[in-house]
Amino acid sequence: MMPHFWPLFRKEFIQMRRDRLTLMIMTGLPVVQLLLFGYAIQTDVRHLPTVVLDQSRTPESRDIIAAFENTGNFRIMAWVSDRPALDAAIERGDAQAGLVVPYDFPRKLLRGETASVQVIVDASDPLSSQSALAAAAGVAQVRNLALLSEAARRPPPLDARVRPRYNPGLRSPNYIVPGLVGVILTITMVLITAMAIVRERERGTLEQLIVTPVTKTELMLGKIAPYIGVGMVQMTTVLIVGRVVFDVPLTGSLVLLYAIALLFVTASLALGMFISTLVRTQQQAMQVAFFFVLPNILLSGFMFPRQAMPAFFQWVGLLLPLTYFLKVLRGILLKGVGLEALWREVAALAGFAVVLVTLAVTRFRKSLD
Amino acid sequence: MSAFAIDVRGLTKRFGKKIAVNKADIAVPEGEVWGFLGPNGSGKTTTIRMLCGLLHADAGEGTCLGYNFRTEPERIKREVGYMTQRFSFWEDLSIRENLEFVARVYELSDARGAVAQAIGRLGLTARQNQLAGDLSGGWKQRLALGCALLHRPDVLFLDEPTAGVDPAARRNFWRAILELAQGGTTVIVTTHYMDEAERCGRLAMLSNGRLIALGTPHDVAQQVGGRTLEDAYVILQERDEQ
Repeated sequence: MMPHFWPLFRKEFIQMRRDRLTLMIMTGLPVVQLLLFGYAIQTDVRHLPTVVLDQSRTPESRDIIAAFENTGNFRIMAWVSDRPALDAAIERGDAQAGLVVPYDFPRKLLRGETASVQVIVDASDPLSSQSALAAAAGVAQVRNLALLSEAARRPPPLDARVRPRYNPGLRSPNYIVPGLVGVILTITMVLITAMAIVRERERGTLEQLIVTPVTKTELMLGKIAPYIGVGMVQMTTVLIVGRVVFDVPLTGSLVLLYAIALLFVTASLALGMFISTLVRTQQQAMQVAFFFVLPNILLSGFMFPRQAMPAFFQWVGLLLPLTYFLKVLRGILLKGVGLEALWREVAALAGFAVVLVTLAVTRFRKSLD
Repeated sequence: MSAFAIDVRGLTKRFGKKIAVNKADIAVPEGEVWGFLGPNGSGKTTTIRMLCGLLHADAGEGTCLGYNFRTEPERIKREVGYMTQRFSFWEDLSIRENLEFVARVYELSDARGAVAQAIGRLGLTARQNQLAGDLSGGWKQRLALGCALLHRPDVLFLDEPTAGVDPAARRNFWRAILELAQGGTTVIVTTHYMDEAERCGRLAMLSNGRLIALGTPHDVAQQVGGRTLEDAYVILQERDEQ
């Protein structure tokens, strides 16, 4: 059964091992990308530079300003004396938030009237502004509850106890690093194999392969098999660096994760091979591969929540293997769930692997026509 | 198997509107050195690519080594050897690794032995671990021939095998080819070197995809209207250009 697979596998393996530059890129790329993404992508925006206009200058105003600062979301970088100065600081971009405590703040508090504090946020960056707005609302809510309880001389009637599970510190690396495993595998696996057949064609060696008794299936499988090992090495590298540098938890079964990753890597490599059968040059292969890779990054849920996307793009996302693999990665690494929770994703990835390998084999013609 | 290693009629290949090979009838006796001669674009390479299963013919019927050349190309591929115009082995593999790959792909029972024997026969022992990409044109040609012959094919297809190699290498190469033919291997070769064409037992001259003359080199020259093969070739080329 498939007697020509091993000679092809061996040939590809030797060629891969000898191509030092590509090998270095394949093993070095995950580390570089992980460090870049891990440090650069911080969705939990903290320490927003803030200017304060305290028109009251009383213990009550200082108290409320301190409450804002203590959330960790606001970093007071300047005190200004009037409104134009506050606006100018935000316009210049020196500050991204402004806090205004009016003259009558303590007086209204004492009288039991609604005392206002104005929080101005630069919303040109929605991510930063959202966390500032949420923090401001949180400060107001906590203060309101405290004041109301004090006035009514009884504890607040409702106590919502929020327990953020799986990522209690709401740390971005915990979310990003597992996703990055999938993204790196997608980029490298698809790109490598997208050029596999056209490279043979451009070098003239495809002619020699076609004239041998090697079958189409043996040729496809022999070409992708060595790179499954590369994919596993890449995943291991990202997981180790993610654990050591970013303290990302590895909660669930790694054996299960590697088994499912095998399906995902096979699907990605087969997609690359399919691309390779569509194009005539390595340059075209690169362009088409990027055309496939970009939606994977944008629509799979790696960076942006899929629930926030329009229905059409959510639907497109379902056609991407990475969408399912991200659920597997986050499910196993963060939640520690097993096959009972992930069988749909596993079935989808197995389906992708079978369909894409079949497509690549069917599409490849063992002739020069 | 018939006495003909190759016996096809009406062989035709089109690329879009262009007819690359037009209803060629070819019958190559076993153990013969058969040459295809013709200017660039005359259909020589397309013809042998169809015969060894690299291209699908649009029309024609017949056999190669007793197998239907249109419906059984994979069976034909097991029993023929093919050497392309340019070196088409893997330059990032060593000489030994290239030969080992070929030996394993053809499932030779003693792959190691066959490779060692081929390396010795080709005089490549000292260079066996050298990367193929580092070899000169003559050595590359020697390696390519070694790979094409490793599985002891009954028919050997050579597509302009001596293009770009020095005269001494060409002479040695042809000596090896004639020895093979004496041993019973059928050799199909395309060329536009007249001295090489003269060495063929039988010659087919192609022009614009048509087989216009067939026979010994002397017969072919006369059929085209020249005293020598070179005359015939020039006549053809001028006719093509008009």
